[in-house]
Amino acid sequence: MKAIVNIGLKKGVLDDQGKATHHALDTLGFKDIVKDVRIGKQIIIELSSSTEEAARTEVTNMCEKLLANTVIEDYSIEIIG
Amino acid sequence: MNVSVLQFPGTNCEYDTQYAFEKLGCTVNIIWHKETTLPSNTDLLVIPGGFSYGDYLRSGAIARFASIMDAVQEYAAKGGKILGICNGFQILLEAGLLPGAMKRNDKLHFISKIVPLKVVSNNNTFLQKLELGDTLNIPVAHHDGNYFIDDAGLEDLIKNDQILLRYCDEDSKEINLNGSVSNIAGICNKDKNIFALMPHPERALEEILGSTDGIKMLEGFLNK
Repeated sequence: MKAIVNIGLKKGVLDDQGKATHHALDTLGFKDIVKDVRIGKQIIIELSSSTEEAARTEVTNMCEKLLANTVIEDYSIEIIG
Repeated sequence: MNVSVLQFPGTNCEYDTQYAFEKLGCTVNIIWHKETTLPSNTDLLVIPGGFSYGDYLRSGAIARFASIMDAVQEYAAKGGKILGICNGFQILLEAGLLPGAMKRNDKLHFISKIVPLKVVSNNNTFLQKLELGDTLNIPVAHHDGNYFIDDAGLEDLIKNDQILLRYCDEDSKEINLNGSVSNIAGICNKDKNIFALMPHPERALEEILGSTDGIKMLEGFLNK
């Protein structure tokens, strides 16, 4: 079983990397179609959990304790069987 | 006075910190992160600057789970005095010993230069030797010094007199160096025993290096 964790800055916390990249895309000629750019990170974890529910509980725990800083970051978890 | 200085893999300011406090007449012990206790005679614990664990995941995120950190939490809970400098500030935030979080500098640059700092509070051990509004020239060297706290948190900091230092220019006019909320360069906890700042006072002790203002700050800890 595999967990894919996506972590990004919360809405309301300025994403400077996303903003800089947005500017760069604008200058490259994508100005008309790019509305917003957000940059985050993806963490892929191989798990030995037996159920999807157990995996999700453990990975949520990992996110709260270490993987995300919930003062500034949000996370989402996708479990792949 | 006995000063304990933590050392993680990637810490690089422990010897400057040792030099600084020895210059002020203290006895300094460097404590490896795998230790599980602090020397019982510790009067001040310093978490120095550097790049603990290569800043992997987030600055300070891995260091906060090092073996020594249980002892640090215990020492803090008993009212022990702690000073976090640069990466030490980031570690204290990740450990939940100070409120808020550190983001990448807003223009994404690594900033390394001497910057003026304005003393915002002196009603605490650390800055007691200084006057409100004093300007100090202290070097900064950081990539992740963009301090973030939400509006309610900022209100709390102001209400409890927890903002210690703000970035300013030579005329003492506040500037926003790196994106930090409210131009914050340093804060303390509510109980005023845990202090942290991004700039490096331990690098401002010798005229030949551009400033001796760091002495005025670190001396605050000498009055027990």
